[in-house]
Amino acid sequence: MSFVSVRDLKVAFDGVQVLHGINLDVRRGEAVGLVGESGCGKSVTWLAALGLLPGKAKVSGSVTVDGQELIGASPRRIEAVRGAKIAMIFQDPSSALNPVHRVGRQICENLRLHRGLRGDAARTEAIRLMDIVGIPSANTRFDLYPHEFSGGQCQRVLIAMALAGAPDLLIADEPTTALDATIQAQILDLLSNLRRQTGMAMVFISHDLGAVSTVCDRAAVMYAGRIIEANDIKQLFAAPRHPYTRGLFDAIPDLDAGRARLSLIPGTVPDPKRLPQGCAFAPRCARAGDLCREYQPELKEQTSTGLTACFHPIPIGSANRQEVFA
Amino acid sequence: MLKFTLAKLARALLTILLVMSFAFIVLRLSGDPAQIMLGPDAPQDAVDAFRARWGLDDPLWQQYLAYLKQIMTFDFGISMRDQSPAIDLVLERVPATLALTIPALLLKIAIGIPAGIYAALHRESIADRGVIMFAIFGFTIPSFVLGLVLVLIFAVNLGWLPAGGQDGWEYAILPIATMSIGGIGIFARFTRSAMIEVLGQPYIRTAMAKGLPWREVVWKHALPNAAVPIVTLLGFMVGALIAGAIVVESIFSWPGIGRLIVVSVANRDLAVVQCVLLVIAASMVMANLLVDFAYGVLDPRLRHGHGAH
Repeated sequence: MSFVSVRDLKVAFDGVQVLHGINLDVRRGEAVGLVGESGCGKSVTWLAALGLLPGKAKVSGSVTVDGQELIGASPRRIEAVRGAKIAMIFQDPSSALNPVHRVGRQICENLRLHRGLRGDAARTEAIRLMDIVGIPSANTRFDLYPHEFSGGQCQRVLIAMALAGAPDLLIADEPTTALDATIQAQILDLLSNLRRQTGMAMVFISHDLGAVSTVCDRAAVMYAGRIIEANDIKQLFAAPRHPYTRGLFDAIPDLDAGRARLSLIPGTVPDPKRLPQGCAFAPRCARAGDLCREYQPELKEQTSTGLTACFHPIPIGSANRQEVFA
Repeated sequence: MLKFTLAKLARALLTILLVMSFAFIVLRLSGDPAQIMLGPDAPQDAVDAFRARWGLDDPLWQQYLAYLKQIMTFDFGISMRDQSPAIDLVLERVPATLALTIPALLLKIAIGIPAGIYAALHRESIADRGVIMFAIFGFTIPSFVLGLVLVLIFAVNLGWLPAGGQDGWEYAILPIATMSIGGIGIFARFTRSAMIEVLGQPYIRTAMAKGLPWREVVWKHALPNAAVPIVTLLGFMVGALIAGAIVVESIFSWPGIGRLIVVSVANRDLAVVQCVLLVIAASMVMANLLVDFAYGVLDPRLRHGHGAH
């Protein structure tokens, strides 16, 4: 049985639907990537699951953790899941830490909440965690404030905070987007190592396919509030079936391509207020037919492991760029 | 830290000096005390004698230098009207003013801040709208209108409270109410917007995501961050403890600093006006200094000599 099971999760802000029924499972110990452009609903999915969206968001569907329903659960029950079973780290680490509290104190808060540690015991454990996530001379830096840390180190502090609750699942919401390239690689390494050591599952939210491929076992691709393709990471990279996924791969700059133009997906992501009828990607897709403009394709099994929501998926082992896009 | 403190103190003294100089010059350019004190029909030799007595015949710059020298020795001059030291006249009025402004300030804090927090936590609710409406009402109605309306209702029509004077605690109720209603509104609105701003920050989401109960998120993570703008406002209000009651004291014939300055300006009682302005400037500057130090305590990013790595 999967550890987290998301079923038909829908979210609307002020009557505008931004998530159109997400189905996703995360098993214990596995790393799942969630890929897509900004605004496609990757983060909203998990913020909704943990009840972290602002009050005006309308959330429906089901999210169960260890069989326990979170949507509509009492604040106390959701608080008992947050940080203890599912921890989350965020995109902009510098602003995700409270500027007026010492970092050590912020880590100790997690230790008090989830492990009942206080005083010197909490301090010792917090310093150990800071050590584990690679903050040098943790002992002296315990008492510093977030503005005295670099962005990468703030992310390490956030990871240490997340580890403090010994969670079963870590949601990493674009954890490297705001960081320098070299720091990005270090944080990705750290996350992979920690997962190996602790056995926790991870959901890695990113628009960076390269990062997803180094960290995850499988990945789901989202577009306009829906999952449009999900597969084992190797198969997804070897044979993307959905034209949008294919477009994402083609848009990765190729070092050997010389001065050839970068391949782009024509058009832009549709406004959630004015989604086209049928498949939301159809207006940008060269393979779209009348059926696509009329009906929404369901996410269903196309190969043994993979799911694709497309009436005209790209055949395995074919398709060059011209064929896919107009 | 020492350098920061000294620089702040030097700036504070400079501010006071500027206020004093400005008051000195404007007062001397805006009318002849001899004419006003002695009346328009006074004989010329009386006017001359008055001017000579108070050094008003000397060139302005000489008067100014003499005044500065006086101040350096903590001599704040003699009232032209009462012939007594101006500082004594001023200081004996201070308690009456503080008897209004301190309770008013406490009410503003005790009601305004919690109301603002409540409104921010229950956005768009009826309570929130009520707080906003009260706030707008509070700070758009000028205190002289509000004071008169309160007098009309509670003194004239209902006869519950006296309309003016100072003969017991019940005389303070209407002036304090007049002063605090606007301030409560300002505090509530300021606190509400500061809290709303802070509640939208990413670190609040982090605090929620770690599993903290909402109460602790608000108390430990939101409030300390919202405190900086609130303390700024508090600084203004503390600075106005002495000067903030001029209108209200006039409406309710309350014998405080405000009444003293109104009467002394009308009489061109130079030493007294200058002395009041000095006390007001000093209290404002002190409040500002306190706010500057409070910033450092509240927000480590504003702490001096404690730079980022």
